[in-house]
Amino acid sequence: MKGEDISSVKNVDNEYVKQVANEQYKYGFTTDIHTEIIEKGLNEDVVRLISQKKGEPEWLLDFRLNAFRHWTSMVQPKWGHLILPEIDYQAISYYADPTSKSKSDDGKPKEIDPELIKTFDKLGIPLEERMALSGTAVDAVMDSVSVKTTHTKALEEKGIIFCSISEAVKKYPELVRQYLGSVVPYRDNYFAALNSAVFSDGSFVYIPKNTRCPMELSTYFRINARNIGQFERTLIVCDDNSYVSYLEGCTAPMRDENQLHAAIVEIVVMENAEVKYSTVQNWYPGDAEGKGGVLNLVTKRGHLRGNNSKLSWTQVETGSAITWKYPSCVLSGDNSQAEFYSVAVTNNYQQADTGTKMIHIGKNTKSTIISKGISAGRSQNSYRGLVKIGSKADGARNYSSCDSLLLGSHCGAHTFPYIDCHNNSAVVEHEATTSKISEDQLFYCNQRGIPTEEAVGLIVNGYAKDVINKLPMEFAVEAQKLLSVSLEGTVG
Amino acid sequence: MLEIKNLHAKVDGKEILKGVDLTIHDGEIHALMGTNGAGKSTLSNVIVGNPKYEVTQGTITFNGKDLLAMSPEERSHEGVFMSFQMPVEIPGVSMTNFMRAAVNARREALGQELLKATDFLKLMHDTQKLVDIDKKLVSRSVNEGFSGGEKKRNEIFQMAMLQPTFCILDETDSGLDVDALRVVAEGFNRLRTEQTSALVITHYQRLLDYIRPDIIHVLLDGKIVKTAGAELAKEIEERGFDWIKE
Amino acid sequence: MSLEQSYINLYQAKRESLRASSPEVMNTLRDEAIRMFANKGFPTRKVEDYRYIDVPQAFEGKDGYTMPLPTLPLNASKQGVISLNDEALLNRYYAKVADNEDAITALNTAFSHECICIHVGKHQQLDRPIELTDTFTSDEDQMEHKRILIVLEEGASARIMLRYAANNKMHIITTQVVEVFVGDNAYLEMYELEETHTSCTRFNQVYMQVGRYANVKHNNITLFNGLTRNTIKAFLKGEYSEVSLNGCVMANKSQVVDNNTLIRHEVPNCTSHELYKYVVDEQAVGAFAGKVYVAEGAQNTVSDEVNQNICASNDARMYTQPMLEIYADDVKCSHGSTVGKLDEIALFYMRQRGIPLAEARMLLMQAFVGQVVDEIPIAPLRDRLHIMIEQRLKGELDKCVGCARCK
Repeated sequence: MKGEDISSVKNVDNEYVKQVANEQYKYGFTTDIHTEIIEKGLNEDVVRLISQKKGEPEWLLDFRLNAFRHWTSMVQPKWGHLILPEIDYQAISYYADPTSKSKSDDGKPKEIDPELIKTFDKLGIPLEERMALSGTAVDAVMDSVSVKTTHTKALEEKGIIFCSISEAVKKYPELVRQYLGSVVPYRDNYFAALNSAVFSDGSFVYIPKNTRCPMELSTYFRINARNIGQFERTLIVCDDNSYVSYLEGCTAPMRDENQLHAAIVEIVVMENAEVKYSTVQNWYPGDAEGKGGVLNLVTKRGHLRGNNSKLSWTQVETGSAITWKYPSCVLSGDNSQAEFYSVAVTNNYQQADTGTKMIHIGKNTKSTIISKGISAGRSQNSYRGLVKIGSKADGARNYSSCDSLLLGSHCGAHTFPYIDCHNNSAVVEHEATTSKISEDQLFYCNQRGIPTEEAVGLIVNGYAKDVINKLPMEFAVEAQKLLSVSLEGTVG
Repeated sequence: MLEIKNLHAKVDGKEILKGVDLTIHDGEIHALMGTNGAGKSTLSNVIVGNPKYEVTQGTITFNGKDLLAMSPEERSHEGVFMSFQMPVEIPGVSMTNFMRAAVNARREALGQELLKATDFLKLMHDTQKLVDIDKKLVSRSVNEGFSGGEKKRNEIFQMAMLQPTFCILDETDSGLDVDALRVVAEGFNRLRTEQTSALVITHYQRLLDYIRPDIIHVLLDGKIVKTAGAELAKEIEERGFDWIKE
Repeated sequence: MSLEQSYINLYQAKRESLRASSPEVMNTLRDEAIRMFANKGFPTRKVEDYRYIDVPQAFEGKDGYTMPLPTLPLNASKQGVISLNDEALLNRYYAKVADNEDAITALNTAFSHECICIHVGKHQQLDRPIELTDTFTSDEDQMEHKRILIVLEEGASARIMLRYAANNKMHIITTQVVEVFVGDNAYLEMYELEETHTSCTRFNQVYMQVGRYANVKHNNITLFNGLTRNTIKAFLKGEYSEVSLNGCVMANKSQVVDNNTLIRHEVPNCTSHELYKYVVDEQAVGAFAGKVYVAEGAQNTVSDEVNQNICASNDARMYTQPMLEIYADDVKCSHGSTVGKLDEIALFYMRQRGIPLAEARMLLMQAFVGQVVDEIPIAPLRDRLHIMIEQRLKGELDKCVGCARCK
């Protein structure tokens, strides 16, 4: 009897797998807008041109050139459990400005092109101040340029700086210079070097001492132009006794070619400060045959510099053809606490190799890792994480739990945790499980009249709940929908 | 036998004992009663030297010796025994190895000859009969998979093996049904000699029906607020602790 | 001259004498193996599988050690299953599962000149365990390349212990390749026990191929050593088979123990278990990397893996890396790993009963690693190992007297 039930569920699953493959990417439209794009190719002159276009000071140009020279001495790594296509770095344009037409002499857009407003409206991100999302300040970045940052005035009153990094370089050069590259040096890895040479835009956040940021800060990244690379650079500094919650969202049009997004996010957390960083990553994942899609190669790292500091990374990764990303924490301050919560969904031919590094340096530091991987179609989904306990990190504690769920028999789910322990008072625990979606649960739902597709959505959302719950409310709702949609074709 | 003066102690940075004075003479049984969080378990843990508890002020002397200067094992060798409220499970360590290590360490500290394996096994066997503990329990790992009652009975068995002069029964009655309680209490009574003293920590009268105390103390908010004869227990049973506070 | 070149030169110098004393099948593979070795070179820490030890340093300056032709103290076994260079068996199985892609296996294939063969015939049940003890006694610094072939035909059953000991004072470096073929319905319990000394460097490569309905239990116990790398690979080639890889390590002083295991589920309906426990103390380094690989189509795989470790000193280091690589969906796989300290509540409980701290710690450590020994089905061996672990923890097995560090 049971065997029959299961096989019937399996058949239904196969139907779903087909459906998922046909699932359309909702944000795949393109915006027809005049965009100034510099010539394809990468050399020192291009680096100088980008710096010049952004009107940067000498020290920043030097930083870029040093990074570029270092990058030319490196080769593209074969990291992770990924098949990374050969990237022709000379076939990419490194700067695309969709706001060029409407720029005044000082380089700031006079008035935002209505096309851009329409684009972000369609993405659910209204840019006009009166319509702007209440409770959330947004920095909207298209291709290489920040289009608009909302609510800056209200924040300025509290002394909070939230603007594009290009603007910050002009207005707060000392702050930027002090912290840029201090968490992720350009020598860190191949893509960090590349980003440091050609980074375009991203957000800069500074929360002064004793300040609780009154609203969520959010950056929305959009890739629009063809054959360009987006090199996000975000820097968040949270000073003593302060708090900020920061959100990041990303989408891109459907293109046949791969698009490159190589980002660096640096976070500095001072004494008693707390930063929450949430990402809902929904870059175009490529089509059902694995054609196109964003190559998402990202270095994100936080430095818990002060005692009693806290940093929490939460990510929901549903997009991108390839995701290579390990939001990490360096726990230097005594009693500092770090968290990493991740849901990564891969479908069709997507590949994800994601996880975290928790480097315990200070005493009584604590870290928690909760990772949920969901693979469907012919995708490969890997968790890769490092927990390192230094010899001075007395009383350090880590708990990691990494679960993988498999939907379909042609996908892969992999777990590669590394634990390096150099301390006799530390306690490190790791556990992982891999299993398929429970046929009993599916059948139980079916029996109660819930169709399999919906049941899968329910079960997967339940499975990912620990992580989703960590997201700010608005994002959590979106993430839940996104999970169901990503899996609507997959199994749910 | 035991003299505690102006004892202050902290756990996790919080002061729990705020000046306890307590004297127990040879052969006396004292009961310590009080509400949850009053500091009863802190006091017992401090007496036996649990490293989690920090003594900030005061003294404890035991038969004239400074107890606070001793390691937990030295206190044990002096004859201090605690029956734990929640005895820990130690997987993989057999009761036999555990008890042999304990008995011989004590004998070594007292300058006695170590027991030979055969003598030790005989002692185990005899003691097991004396306290009526299931042979199967003694052949397992320390407390592993024991029920609540079995764990408490195992504490009494260990007491019999180590023959302490001063016993702390830390909420030995918690989680036991009446039958188990009677068995444990009778085991204790059988083991005590005229010199044996004890500190019996409990919430309830019922344990004191089996182990009759000479003196009862009430500990509230880190201090002993009342000391009286055995009749006090009855009164507490009827009226609770609130009337003492006032 | 590169380190690799010095070993290639050594090979050229020894080639003819190696060939003269070896079976044909071993000779035919030598030249190709040294080419593979030259091509690969010694793995550095950048090679994922060797990231926890410095292999080139382990081989540095040792090419001049004497390479004796061992005189095997093998009495013709009563059970008639042990032999040296059984050509018929070698022709069928030699180098059939060992993989020369691994430079150390390649080096071994180039240099080994004799092979101990254990052949258990179809449906033959060995009622008594076999123990092979390999004791280093030379009074010169020594390099050896050993080779063992174990074949259990269909329905056979055997219990085999390989013991590595040393009672000399010299530096020793060995490579060893063990190839194990377990036929359909066969049962193998295999034990490896190391009690050498701190000047001993061992690279032990074990390759196991497992047939249908077969059952293999591999136990790997390191009581004392210098630098040891065990590579243990089990290939599940037949459905409904079951493999257990268990091990425990006790390391102090400057000992290094790196166990690298792979369980490869290539067919459906197989089960695997793994349990490894380490206690690393003083300046010792422990490393464990255990991968469970489930190939596409290997449905109904069940696998559990546990690695638990105690880092007993602040100078000791423990690296652990349990890995799951899974390409089939109908699986139940789990792994857990912990690095921790001794249970403080248990320590206090024992001290309350009068057990001194040092002894309480020892009892807990013994209990901790003893869990691996508890799994051993042969009672006398289990008891013996428990006693050896106790002696080891008490320092009674210390081989430090003769070692280079403490001389």
